[in-house]
Amino acid sequence: MRVRDTNEILLQVEGVALSFGGVRALKDVSFNVRKGEIRAIIGPNGAGKTSMLNVVNGFYHPDRGTITFKGRTRDRMQPFEAARGGIARTFQNVALFKGMSALDNIMAGRTLKVRRGLLWQALRCGPALREELEHRHRVEEIIDFLEIEAIRKVPVGRLPYGLQKRVELGRALAMEPDLLLLDEPMAGMNLEEKEDMSRFIVDVNNQYGTTIALIEHDMAVVMDLSDRVAVLDHGVKIADGTPDEVKNNHAVIEAYLGVAH
Amino acid sequence: MLYREAGQFKTTYAEDMAIFPISQDRIALAVLLGIAFIGVPLLATFHIWPFGSDYLLWAILLPFLILALAAIGTNILVGYCGQISLGSGAFMAIGAYSAYKLATGVHIPLAWLGFAVSIPPLPVLASILLGGLIAAGVGILFGIPSLRIKGLYLAVATLAAQFFFDWAFLRIPWFTNYAPSGSVNAPALDFFGLIVQSPIERYLLCLLLLTLMALLAKNLVRSNLGRQWMAIRDMDIAAELIGIRPLYAKLTAFAVSSFIVGVAGALWAFVYLGSWEPLAFSIDRSLQLLFMVIIGGLGSIMGSFVGAAFILIVPIMLNLIPTELGVPLSTETITHFEFIIFGSLICYLLIKEPHGFARLISIGKEKLRLWPFPY
Repeated sequence: MRVRDTNEILLQVEGVALSFGGVRALKDVSFNVRKGEIRAIIGPNGAGKTSMLNVVNGFYHPDRGTITFKGRTRDRMQPFEAARGGIARTFQNVALFKGMSALDNIMAGRTLKVRRGLLWQALRCGPALREELEHRHRVEEIIDFLEIEAIRKVPVGRLPYGLQKRVELGRALAMEPDLLLLDEPMAGMNLEEKEDMSRFIVDVNNQYGTTIALIEHDMAVVMDLSDRVAVLDHGVKIADGTPDEVKNNHAVIEAYLGVAH
Repeated sequence: MLYREAGQFKTTYAEDMAIFPISQDRIALAVLLGIAFIGVPLLATFHIWPFGSDYLLWAILLPFLILALAAIGTNILVGYCGQISLGSGAFMAIGAYSAYKLATGVHIPLAWLGFAVSIPPLPVLASILLGGLIAAGVGILFGIPSLRIKGLYLAVATLAAQFFFDWAFLRIPWFTNYAPSGSVNAPALDFFGLIVQSPIERYLLCLLLLTLMALLAKNLVRSNLGRQWMAIRDMDIAAELIGIRPLYAKLTAFAVSSFIVGVAGALWAFVYLGSWEPLAFSIDRSLQLLFMVIIGGLGSIMGSFVGAAFILIVPIMLNLIPTELGVPLSTETITHFEFIIFGSLICYLLIKEPHGFARLISIGKEKLRLWPFPY
């Protein structure tokens, strides 16, 4: 089901600038994400990668520039709009609902697909119960996919970090997104967990055809997984292309290793 | 050894999603409901111990049922949605006074418009439920600030609601049908020709409403809406990014919570007090409800019951025990002791288990599953 060979543009970010007080986090950044690809955004600390994702799903509003998603151009996204449009997201430091079980966390990801209102849910019979069961069924498929069957009833606060990251990915998948934004999906993981997570990312892309944009610091992972890589440094895009092109780019090497004096 | 789920296999998601998936829990609940619905009325009708007098019904069971209902309402807002409210007493008052007005007939003289709005007296049950709905409407109104302010600041806003309605029901004579003393009397409790009068009838009425509403509340909190509330409570930013609208989630929590609290307020006034003054719904009541949900367990329907029972019964026990032991203490000393012991008990409990009795019970159950073998 791989669709990454199409050239259809799913997301186009054009000339985005963002500043916090005097700090200019993003300066005129443009890039695009093609439908079906795995797109990586890399860069040294403080380069503006997370800010970029936050602009895309409406958590930050840019000072200038436009965001075109699925053919609709906006100056800014609203978080709710982004979610409804099909953009899902995971966070660098896991943002799960700590008091709820893994199952409930992923079920919460189905919110936008729920049709029955308050009264039906209170009665919980007939159509409302059928709907709840359908959602449970879909969520169980995701739980199987991510191999977290054993911990579905455990409150996520009690889970180890690696599993929390997996539950968070599950919650994002439950939204059945068109575009999945992953903010450092492998931060703080050991080698085994990284391999697992890489496999999940490739599988999500292959099986569900979900377009993925990810931020990652592990260069080996980025170069193996992604189709195209954009490099940010100090809020400016300094390179963009296939992993091989980026690897040999002079500006990128300077940004990461410094300039010889 | 008795409390095991081994061998109870769930073959459908529906079974797995039942309120009590473990059969021992279901049996315990059935026994409890049997005692509440059949045992207590039988004992009370034949005046068998401990129902020799109506004391147990009047002083403990009836207030327990009504306040447990109010605690469930408060728990939905505070425990499930994480919006601290100090105004539960006010919403009880709104439920009570709205039901009172509707049951005695509403007359709004709009002299400057040249006409008056009149609604004939409504049946009691309709008044109580509509009273709840009006409380829900006011709840939504006072929930709007929660979209901007959080935590302690929201608590102050709800405190303002409490003081405003305390004042309104005391000073605006229209609410009390111009009663000179400010105290009002509930209408006769006529349910489709059935007059509810004796303590046991009142008990059954409250028990029925409590059971129904607890079931509906439990359904809500384990459905999508409940998950939205908890998501807002645990991490509102992430909730927004998965498509939960804070406006909808918070205002529905305020509405559902105020509805339940409003109905409880109407029952408190009509069924328990019979005649009442605004003082019955003062800030003390709000704090009492807040203590109930904190001690019982935030975010737990069962915790609301346990908290209500604890807050009601412990002071009574503290009163009774010295008398039973034959220790001669003056009433004043007893009251002071009550405060001291009760206060320190709450402090101790919250330090030992900040998540309340509900967490203690679930830890107990987890241990019981393994008992007596530690594996």
